[in-house]
Amino acid sequence: MKIENNAVAGTLESSDLQVAIEPIENGIELDITSSVMNQYGRQIKATVLETLERLEVTNAKVTIVDKGALDCTIKARVECAVFRSCGKSDKNLPWGGALK
Amino acid sequence: MIPRPRPERFRLRRSMMFMNAQKPGLIKDAYIYGVDSIMLDLEDAVAENQKDAARFSLYHALKTIDYGDTEVIVRINGLDTPHWQEDIRVCVAGGADGIRIAKCESAQDVLTVEKAVEEAEKEFGVEVGRTLLMAALESPKGILNAYEICAASPRMFGVAISGGDFRKCMQTKPTVSGVDMLVARGQMLIAARAAGVQCFDTVFTDLDDTEGFLAEVRQNKEMGFDGKSLINPKQIRPVHEIFAPTEKEVAQAEAWVSAFREAQAKGIGVFTVNGKMVDVAFIPGAERTLKLAKACGMYEGDLV
Amino acid sequence: MKNAVGRDIPESLLTNGREVYQGKNYMDGKYMQKAAPKTRRYEKPQESKIVDSIVDALKAVGARSGMTFSFHHHLRNGDFVVNMVMQAAIEELGLDEITIAATSLGEAHDPVAQYIEDGKVVAIQTSGIRGKIGEVVSAGKLKTPAIIRSHGGRPRAIEAGEVHIDIAVVAAPTSDCVGNCRGIGGKSNCGSLGYAMTDAKYADHVIVVTDCLVDFPNMPASVEAIDVDAVVVVDSIGNPKKIASAAARISQNPRDLMMAENVAKVIASTPYFKDGFSFQTGVGGPSLAANLFLEQEMNKRGIKMGWAIGGICGPMVEMLKKGLVGKVIDVQDFDLDAVNSINQTPGHYEMSASQYANPANKGAFVNKLDFVVLAALEIDTGFNVNVLTGSDGVLRGAPGGHPDTAAGSKCCIIVTPLVRGRMATVCKNVVTVTTPGDCVDVLVTDYGIAVNPLRPDLIQCLDEAGIPHVTIESLQEKAYSLVGTPDDLEWEDKVVAVLEARDGTILDVVRKIKPVKL
Repeated sequence: MKIENNAVAGTLESSDLQVAIEPIENGIELDITSSVMNQYGRQIKATVLETLERLEVTNAKVTIVDKGALDCTIKARVECAVFRSCGKSDKNLPWGGALK
Repeated sequence: MIPRPRPERFRLRRSMMFMNAQKPGLIKDAYIYGVDSIMLDLEDAVAENQKDAARFSLYHALKTIDYGDTEVIVRINGLDTPHWQEDIRVCVAGGADGIRIAKCESAQDVLTVEKAVEEAEKEFGVEVGRTLLMAALESPKGILNAYEICAASPRMFGVAISGGDFRKCMQTKPTVSGVDMLVARGQMLIAARAAGVQCFDTVFTDLDDTEGFLAEVRQNKEMGFDGKSLINPKQIRPVHEIFAPTEKEVAQAEAWVSAFREAQAKGIGVFTVNGKMVDVAFIPGAERTLKLAKACGMYEGDLV
Repeated sequence: MKNAVGRDIPESLLTNGREVYQGKNYMDGKYMQKAAPKTRRYEKPQESKIVDSIVDALKAVGARSGMTFSFHHHLRNGDFVVNMVMQAAIEELGLDEITIAATSLGEAHDPVAQYIEDGKVVAIQTSGIRGKIGEVVSAGKLKTPAIIRSHGGRPRAIEAGEVHIDIAVVAAPTSDCVGNCRGIGGKSNCGSLGYAMTDAKYADHVIVVTDCLVDFPNMPASVEAIDVDAVVVVDSIGNPKKIASAAARISQNPRDLMMAENVAKVIASTPYFKDGFSFQTGVGGPSLAANLFLEQEMNKRGIKMGWAIGGICGPMVEMLKKGLVGKVIDVQDFDLDAVNSINQTPGHYEMSASQYANPANKGAFVNKLDFVVLAALEIDTGFNVNVLTGSDGVLRGAPGGHPDTAAGSKCCIIVTPLVRGRMATVCKNVVTVTTPGDCVDVLVTDYGIAVNPLRPDLIQCLDEAGIPHVTIESLQEKAYSLVGTPDDLEWEDKVVAVLEARDGTILDVVRKIKPVKL
């Protein structure tokens, strides 16, 4: 998917994360801050990159502020931000396809 | 991904607890409190501009979290909103056990949802007929049409009244005696029993009023409700305690069912317990009592 | 060298006869030589010991660079006194090479972090370390490793002369002109002054800092004038709002209540739960809520509690007033209900930290304890508990009385949720061992109960009572299945803190954390 507009998903509440996504031209630029960085930083990064790859996002600036979210929440927020950025988050989503 | 067993249309549903599907901290392990069903809410709990985000959360929660024996139902947005179709798609794709139709007013509403559910089941390769339905009656019209709603689909397992909206329509407020909703509760119960589905009462929102809550749950049980909708885990235990059978009822049910099974095995049509003849018509009720007793930790035998 | 809890202790720390931890009660029966302070004689009658300022008091007792200053933490997060004294010593008198020996340090002492960074404060000995001080020590900025002791280990070390206090500073809610101090009667009431008592007896010099001067004699005194050199009156020793909360309320959180109820059930299943039993509980959500359910179990059984100890707050005072517990003896008070009750309610007494928990004296209260209910930041599959370092490896906690009560009690119950956010509380290896697993008997979580295999007798009790329990390994696996397996923390070689077991052996060390860079 091509990131078209700036979009945000998620909150800064405990167990959640906030994902901000912006269109850029040259690949993936990923910035992560996390309350559990020392123990889960690498896993958070892997989950975010995996989700972007599944959605075929190749160019985007992604900023993550994590407050100890579980993997399922990380996926949900990243996906939501990506679909919002394309204005396609409301209907006919590919549940079980690109979203899994 | 956690495979869930095929949902049971008639199972124990003493307690159904609402949880905002958009709150990761809440939904991750709501089942630890021993509630019978959790109700992940896409409707009132979720702000209008977060309906999309809530579906992503819901989908991954359904796919990732092991809810064990707890039933997972999703409350979808009303048919008068732009959200309900996508709500249904995500519920079916995620493998929710059932869908609660908000603001249901007619059999047609049930059929509309049923059609969309069936389409989604086909789209996502889910067994057709797997996804159960229940309806929330929130208006006088819904109550008046309770019977046709209950009987509208073989997927329907029950109806619930939603007190907040109903009282608004009726221009009443909650009362200590429950008289404000007595007729509506009664009518809905009669319709549910006539159609052979379960019936659930509305939430009690004042968490500080323990006495009021207990009184309402006792009235629910006396009226014949199967269970109650809840908003906080601390409400679960009192509901289970009040809905529990007495030890005498359990002993009697056990005696009846075991005598009935023995008579059946011998091919005898009539049977007696303690010298008294027992009508076969009492047996389904006795079996229900034993199932309830088992869930309450009061019965450990193998008759049910 | 590996110790009894499998921690590798650098040989360089094992000097002057210092040993690694060998298991509980290793030092039992050994003799110790008590140290004695060198104190000044005040033979000539004195009208008053009041001096004008903290600086004057420091000058009067001959404060110099390189000295050890002790403080108590009864004013908790409301304390002003540590900062005032350090400012006077460092900024006004120009002292350096200072050692702070406090019973606990927290957010209230954030300004001290700067003195550490500036190299003025070079050593810290404490039973709790939080806030900025924890951060700068974790970052390796303190010249020597911080020494962390339990509330019982600290008076042991003082009495043994391992810590020699040059100047003990006693923040006193009330004092008279010669230094008889009490924890109540002024505007900064804190109740018990139990943590200050040993310090006052063993320090060469004692300075009392008060914001409420009362008529002589201030009786019954917690710290007595016979040990005091100087008294300073200041405007305020602390922020009363942060000293004692209005009332510690029992949690309404359903998860806490569920765990608390199971704690009470476990207690009631053991043979120690009989008329006259003794009990201590923490003030955390589920620990405190255990009081509520314990009361129900006591009523069911028709029995009463003999005595309770600890940091005390309202719910226990309430039980005392209802006659459900015979005596309450406390070393610290956490809320105004407890502050207003100590030495007022019949049966509510004060005790010193040594009397509470010192493993080297002849009869600390913890050794007579039947049950203790405690929290944990982490607990591993060996039942070792960490209450000192966060899962990120940064110092942000306090052993406090945790290791002492766990070791002394007949049944130590840890109560904690299985996970907090994404952190697995039940894990494979705790970051730091603060309480060894051989002192911990039962773990109660929101996902189930586990009993230490070292206690087959308790396993039988639970089985007989029909209380379901699982292995701690299965709880740890459940936790990891929920949050994912955490990466191991990465450390540098530098030791930033040494964790002493209560008997003075070395239980663990905390090294400087290497932050993950993605």
